Amino acid sequence: MERVLMKGNEALAEGAILAGCRGFFGYPITPSSEIAEYMARKMPKIGGVFVQAESELAAINMVYGGASTGARVMTASSSPGLSLKQEGISFISEAELPCLIVNVSRGGPGLGGIQPAQSDYFQATRGGGHGDYHTIVLAPSGSQEMMDFAMEAFELADKYRIPVMIMAEGTLGNIMEPILMREPVTKFSEKPWATTGCRGRKPNIVNTLHLGNEELESRNHQLFNKYQIIKENEKRADAFLVEDAEIVVVAFGIMSRIVKKAVIEARKKGVKAGLVRPVTLWPFPDEHIRTAAKNARLFLSVEISMGQMIQDIQLALAGRVPVEFYGRIGFTPNPEEILQEIMRLAEREGL
Amino acid sequence: MDREQQVLFAGFGGQGVLSMGQFLTHIAMNAGKEVSWVPSYGAEMRGGTANCLVTISEEEISSPLTENPMAAVIMNRPSLDKFESRIKPNGTLVINSSMVDRVPERDDLNVLRMPVNQIAAEIGNLRGANMIILGAYLQKTGIVEVEEALEYLGVVFKGKSESIIEQNKAAFLAGVEYARNEW
Amino acid sequence: MKKVFQKPESLTDAKNHYCPGCSHGLIHRLIAECMDEMNIREKTIGICPVGCSVLAYDYFNCDMLEAAHGRAPAIATAIKRLLPDRFLFTYQGDGDLASIGMAEIVHASARGEKITVIFVNNTLYGMTGGQMAPTTLLGQVTTTSPYGRKAENEGYPMKMAELLSSNEGSAYICRTAVNNPANINRTKRAIKKAFQVQEKGLGFSMVEILSACPTNWGLNPLDAMKWIEDNMVPYYPLGEFKVKEEQ
Repeated sequence: MERVLMKGNEALAEGAILAGCRGFFGYPITPSSEIAEYMARKMPKIGGVFVQAESELAAINMVYGGASTGARVMTASSSPGLSLKQEGISFISEAELPCLIVNVSRGGPGLGGIQPAQSDYFQATRGGGHGDYHTIVLAPSGSQEMMDFAMEAFELADKYRIPVMIMAEGTLGNIMEPILMREPVTKFSEKPWATTGCRGRKPNIVNTLHLGNEELESRNHQLFNKYQIIKENEKRADAFLVEDAEIVVVAFGIMSRIVKKAVIEARKKGVKAGLVRPVTLWPFPDEHIRTAAKNARLFLSVEISMGQMIQDIQLALAGRVPVEFYGRIGFTPNPEEILQEIMRLAEREGL
Repeated sequence: MDREQQVLFAGFGGQGVLSMGQFLTHIAMNAGKEVSWVPSYGAEMRGGTANCLVTISEEEISSPLTENPMAAVIMNRPSLDKFESRIKPNGTLVINSSMVDRVPERDDLNVLRMPVNQIAAEIGNLRGANMIILGAYLQKTGIVEVEEALEYLGVVFKGKSESIIEQNKAAFLAGVEYARNEW
Repeated sequence: MKKVFQKPESLTDAKNHYCPGCSHGLIHRLIAECMDEMNIREKTIGICPVGCSVLAYDYFNCDMLEAAHGRAPAIATAIKRLLPDRFLFTYQGDGDLASIGMAEIVHASARGEKITVIFVNNTLYGMTGGQMAPTTLLGQVTTTSPYGRKAENEGYPMKMAELLSSNEGSAYICRTAVNNPANINRTKRAIKKAFQVQEKGLGFSMVEILSACPTNWGLNPLDAMKWIEDNMVPYYPLGEFKVKEEQ
């Protein structure tokens, strides 16, 4: 099959279109704007809707409206924009509207910089806005996955009536890699809850207000029962050389590929290193972490942040194995320095 | 040749540095290799310098990033100052000598100098600098066969006018010619 | 026997929660009567705000959404774009529309979104207990302007109908009041006209309705009606501000 060279942002946008996305609502911000630009070119040609919103707030609320019609819709932004979207994400989560939210992430806090970063991990995995809720968070690692995960995200969103977030470091938006084009999705689930006009049925209501005490509590229980099912079914991770690994490195997104190279090099030097790559950041693949801990003397979390995912690794291991951290912000750690860090730790531990 | 090669392209914005890397990536993909292209983006781009890193491999690429590429194609002085020390030991350094007014400090590198702007002026295609140096680089390294690369230029430039494609092929061949005679 | 009066089909049987003398129930009814008369109930999607009318989704007998504070026009935009043959209305108060939702309303109007906005102006935040709104009149006492609104401190009340009528995308902008039968009839005609403008695809439409909040104004319902006439109408003149004709 023919391979096509595509930028990550464009691969993601095309993947969304292949998944049947027909509504894009966004606001320009580096390094995610190419997704909006791609959609602005494509949507009018395929009978879809593209609206450049007046703000990130308006964009996410357009997603709320768009998703309520039952259409597959999305927005894309980058870190500071995601902060602004949190109000809407909380509402969308409560209203159980399926949609795709993309964060082509960059460094913060504040305006930060436009360098790739993973420092929105807490925001993405803990809900991010007000109230008890989660979104499913997928972390692709290359152009092909930008396309494939966009398609997968819409399936998961419809299956569980939940917003799905793709968190991709800025690098992944800009990287160009060959991809195999996928077939367009043709089967979509029924959405009897959609607000499309009540012809021939009782009116549907999309609502997030629950003034009664019992009502509010039972509503939260309903949501958490759903989250429990998602936790049981959807945790995903890739493991590489973990079977006999004494040092297990954990990294997601682009970082996982960089670490993989360091792990290969460490093996050449006789250090039993392995890699766990969380594919879903929420639900966090804690069982994969525990499985990889079988022979581990040490875990190492490598992140483009000051250390956030490390907390989930520590929670998963519950003190059984110590967890070290290596991270940078402003720079993306390169394979050479990660190898150095693995070797330093191996020497310290006498491995 | 290594099973995986990483080449850095660096220069001023407007010198075609990013597209040079993209051409190589396209050509290598069409030749059946695994490839990735990672640009510097944003602030650096607007600040006037640009660079991109191309990885070409016989197998699946793990890391598309590296601190130490095996080769660098340097189009201006600031890029030489920034990247010279980072090239792998015994690596290759290609320099546009029209724009770089010093010789490299390291003595372990395979240095290939080329007055790219002068050649571009000679063939009457001032915007062809990136294709000239790409032609020379492929002729020298053989990452992709020159004939194969020429064939794919048409594909890469799909949608452009015939005359633009011909101008770029001519620039590419001028680079090939230079490398044959001088390197 | 001939039926001369009945509840519109476009309203549910739910008992509303509004205070005695509040205009919301009346305005709901006018919208519902228009929907019935135009036979569009099954094609209409309404969006209610945050404010006293937050529960309006229980009262309208059509598909309804409840929006975050001020965001109804953005939500309506997306629905209308995806389902262009449906009727979309937002129902918004003055805090919702003219304060926190100012960006959304101005841009929906500027884009000429083919939606109808019912803007209920009662000069303050009702649900949260009578705080100052952008529409609070000069000198008016509210819980957050306890010494009366002063221009030098709180600025001037915003005239939304005038503001939005300057946007090219606005096709129909009208201000009415519900303080007497004649004005109530005019309000209904304006709402219907706004829906018709939407049906014809002419652009954005809004009816700003001067309404009473006896509870927070500290007046009985009758005096509240008089207060609209004496205090609001002089500052917020009634009438059509923008009527885009069919091309």
